[in-house]
Amino acid sequence: MAEKYIDGYPEYMHKLIQKVHQTRAKRKDFVPKALTPEGREDVLQFHPDYAKGGKRNLMVGLNKGDIVPDEIANLLEAYPLIEKGDIDLSKADYSPEILIIGGGLAGTSAAIWANEMGVKAENILLTNKLRHGDANSIMAEGGTQAADREPDSPAKHFIDTIGGGHFTNKPDVVRALVTDAPIIMDWLCELGAMLDREENGEFTEKWGGGTSVRRMHSCKDYTGLEELRVLKDEFTNRLIPSIEHFPVIELLTDGNKVTGAVLWNLETGEYKIVKSKAVIMATGGFGRLHIRGFPTTNHYGATYDGVVLAYRAGAKLIDADTVQYHPTGAAYPVQIIGFLLTEKLRATGAQPVNKDGEAFVFPLEPRDVEASAIIKECYVRENGVITPTGLRGVWLDTPLIDLKNGEGFIDKSFPGIKRMYERFGIDIRKNPVLIFPTLHYQNGGIEIDPWSHTSLEGLYAAGEVAGGIHGKNRLMGNSTLGTMVFGRRAGIDAAKFVQTQKSWGKLTLDHLDVYVQMLKAANIKPERRAPIILPEYRGKAALARMIDVF
Amino acid sequence: MSNEKSVMERIAEANKPVTAGVDEKDIKHWVTIRIMGKAYRVPSDLTILTAMEFAGYRFVRGVGCRQGFCGACGTVYRKEGEYKLKTGLACQTRVEDGMYLVQIPFSPAQKAIYDIKKERYNVSTILKYYPEVAKCVSCNTCTKACPQDIEVMDYVQAALRGNYEKVAETSFDCIRCGLCAMRCPAEIVQYDIGQLGRRMYGRYGMDKPDHLKIRLKELEEKKFDPELDKLEKATKEELVKFYAAREREKD
Repeated sequence: MAEKYIDGYPEYMHKLIQKVHQTRAKRKDFVPKALTPEGREDVLQFHPDYAKGGKRNLMVGLNKGDIVPDEIANLLEAYPLIEKGDIDLSKADYSPEILIIGGGLAGTSAAIWANEMGVKAENILLTNKLRHGDANSIMAEGGTQAADREPDSPAKHFIDTIGGGHFTNKPDVVRALVTDAPIIMDWLCELGAMLDREENGEFTEKWGGGTSVRRMHSCKDYTGLEELRVLKDEFTNRLIPSIEHFPVIELLTDGNKVTGAVLWNLETGEYKIVKSKAVIMATGGFGRLHIRGFPTTNHYGATYDGVVLAYRAGAKLIDADTVQYHPTGAAYPVQIIGFLLTEKLRATGAQPVNKDGEAFVFPLEPRDVEASAIIKECYVRENGVITPTGLRGVWLDTPLIDLKNGEGFIDKSFPGIKRMYERFGIDIRKNPVLIFPTLHYQNGGIEIDPWSHTSLEGLYAAGEVAGGIHGKNRLMGNSTLGTMVFGRRAGIDAAKFVQTQKSWGKLTLDHLDVYVQMLKAANIKPERRAPIILPEYRGKAALARMIDVF
Repeated sequence: MSNEKSVMERIAEANKPVTAGVDEKDIKHWVTIRIMGKAYRVPSDLTILTAMEFAGYRFVRGVGCRQGFCGACGTVYRKEGEYKLKTGLACQTRVEDGMYLVQIPFSPAQKAIYDIKKERYNVSTILKYYPEVAKCVSCNTCTKACPQDIEVMDYVQAALRGNYEKVAETSFDCIRCGLCAMRCPAEIVQYDIGQLGRRMYGRYGMDKPDHLKIRLKELEEKKFDPELDKLEKATKEELVKFYAAREREKD
C-alpha cells in the first residue's frame, strides 16, 4: 500500500480523529438533549422511508394499493420459480405434523415448544436454507428486552414499544410480547444460557434507544449467538429432525389452507415434497435486498423468501412499507462496511460525533430518529468524514465507554466488536470508529395475531418475517425477544391445532394459478422470478464470460 | 427539502461496491491468490470471501452471516514461500498476495445427546459424554487454529478438571467454526465440549436472580392485567399521552 496508515487509519483520517480526542473530556458530562416530538418529525424527513422516491403501490394481492419499497414490490410482483406441471405432487417425501421453515431463534423455539407440548420429535421437521442456526438471530449483538425487575413493568415495556413504533403496532400482539418476556428469560436460564449478571447476582440490564427503563439483557456482545447456540443444542438433544441447505421454493395449499411445501436441494437441484398439518414460517428478514442501495447487517440468506411465498398463498401483510436502518453500521474500513455496531455501545456511553468533534444528537433516540440525524449531519449539514472509498460517516466515540465505565469495560462487554476492528489494525478503546446507518431489520411482514396465526389457516409466522409486533419502527432488544415469544407461541398453538386435524390436506399449487392470473391482469411481464434465495455478488467481469456448457 | 432524492442516490452510489460488487475499473491494487491451487487476480482490499465471489464463485457452502458470527467460513491457507499453515474466517480475513487457500465449510462431529436438566454438575458429566478429552496432549494446536483467539487448550484442560466456570468463560466467544477440531491430533471436538460446559455453568453455576422469580410470580397472579387491559384498549391519543408522560429511570 502506498498510503501511510496510523493505528489502522489513513493519515488524513487519523488527523481528524485528534479533534475527537480534544473534545472528549468536555463531552463526557455533556450529552445533547433528546429531541422533542416536533424535532423528531423534522429530522425524520431524511429517513430513507420518508425521503422521496424508491417506493410504489403494490399492484396485486391482498395488500394491493399499499405503498412498499421498489425492491419489495419487485419480488411480490414476480413470477414463481416453478410451474404446476414441473412438480409431481402425488407422493410426499416427508409427512410431519408440523413443518418449520427456518432455523433461527424463532423456528428453533417453535420446534422445542411444539415438542414440549407433546408433538413427538419425529413428527416435526425443521428445514433450513443454509445450516441450522444460519440466521440474523446469531448476529444480534446488544440484547433482549424483558421487564423483570422493579421499577420496570410490562406496562412500561408496552408503552416504550408502541411509542417507538409510532403507535402503529398491534396492541394485543405487543401485550403478548411484553408479558411473555420474563418467561423467556426464565426459559433461557433453565436451558443454561449465560446471561450477563451484576456482582449481586441480578441480571445486568442496560439502556436501549427509546426505552424509559434499563431492561436490555445481554450476553456480552454475542447475545444472539449465545441464545441460538443454546437453543440449537437443546433442539439437537431432543432429536428433532432438521435438514439443511434445503430452502422452500413454494408453499402447497388445498386451494385455501396451507398443506405443505416444496423444498429444493441447494446443492443438487432436486426437489422434495413435504405435507404437513401446520406450517410455521420463520425465514427471517430482507437485508440482502439492499433497499435504497444501503449496505446491510444481515445474513447472506435474508432475501424475503417467506413473505413472498406466504403472500402468494394468500396471507395478509402489514407494515410492509417500513425498513429499519441501524444508526451505527461500520463505514470504515471497506472490508466491514455495513456491519453492525451494537446499540449497546451507545447505551454504555459512546457518542456519535461529527468531523469537528461535536456531539450533535442524543445517542439513544429511537433508531429511525438516530439514523436520520446521522444522514442529515453527513449529507445536509456536510459535517461528515469522507472515507477513501467515497463513503460518508460520523465518528462513534468508543473510547468514551471506558472513560465512563472504567478501564477494562470494553474488553469485558464488547469482545466481538473489539476483535473485528483489531483484525484491521484498529483499537476501539483508543480511537473512535466511523459509522453510517445500515439496513438492519424488516419492521413489518406477514400479519400475525398474539398466537402467531397468519390470516391463512394452517400457516403461522414468527420472528422477523412476521409483522404487527413492532409497527413502523422496532426498538432494540425487541427482535430477539419477539423471535422467542412468537416462536414459542407458534409451537404451542400449532401443537394444539394439529391434534384437531385428522389427516393431511390435499397438496396443490392452485394458488399459483390465481396469482399468475393477477400478475397477467396487471400487465406484469414474466421478467422477474422469486423467491431469489440468495443475493448475487459475483464479479461482473467473471459473470460476463460465464457460459453454461455442462 | 429539494435535495433529499439526491441524498439517497448519493448514498446508493457510494455503497455500490458493497451492495452490487466491485467494478474492475475502480481497482488500483491487485493481488494474486490461489483458490484450491488455481490462480486468480483479485482486488487487494477484499476479504477471502468477497475475493472468491469477485473471481466468480457463488457460495452455497462456506458462507453464512458474512460478519464473523456464524462460523461457516473457516479457511485454511499458506503463504507462498512459508511453511506455516494458517487458519481464519473467510469473511474476516483480508486477501494477501501469494495466499494458497481452501475452505473447510463442514467438520464431521458427533455431538453428545443429553438432558441438561438431569445432568450432575461435576467432572463425571464431561467424562461420560466426551471421554476423549482425557487424550489431550497439551500441544496447543487448537488454540493456534482458533480465529477467535480463544485459549482453546486451556478450556479443554479445565474441562478435564471439571471446572465449568473456566470452560464457560474461556470458550464464550466460540462461533463453532470447527477449525480446532480439524487440527486436533487427539481427535477432540473442542467446540462441543465448550457448549456442554457453558450450558452446565449457565444452568447450575449462575443463580437465577430473585427479581426474576418475583416477577414470574406476579405474572402468575395476573398482577399487571388491569393495567395492560387498559393499555390494550387505549386510543392512539391516550397512548400518545402516556408515552409523553413517561418518567426516565435514573442512570
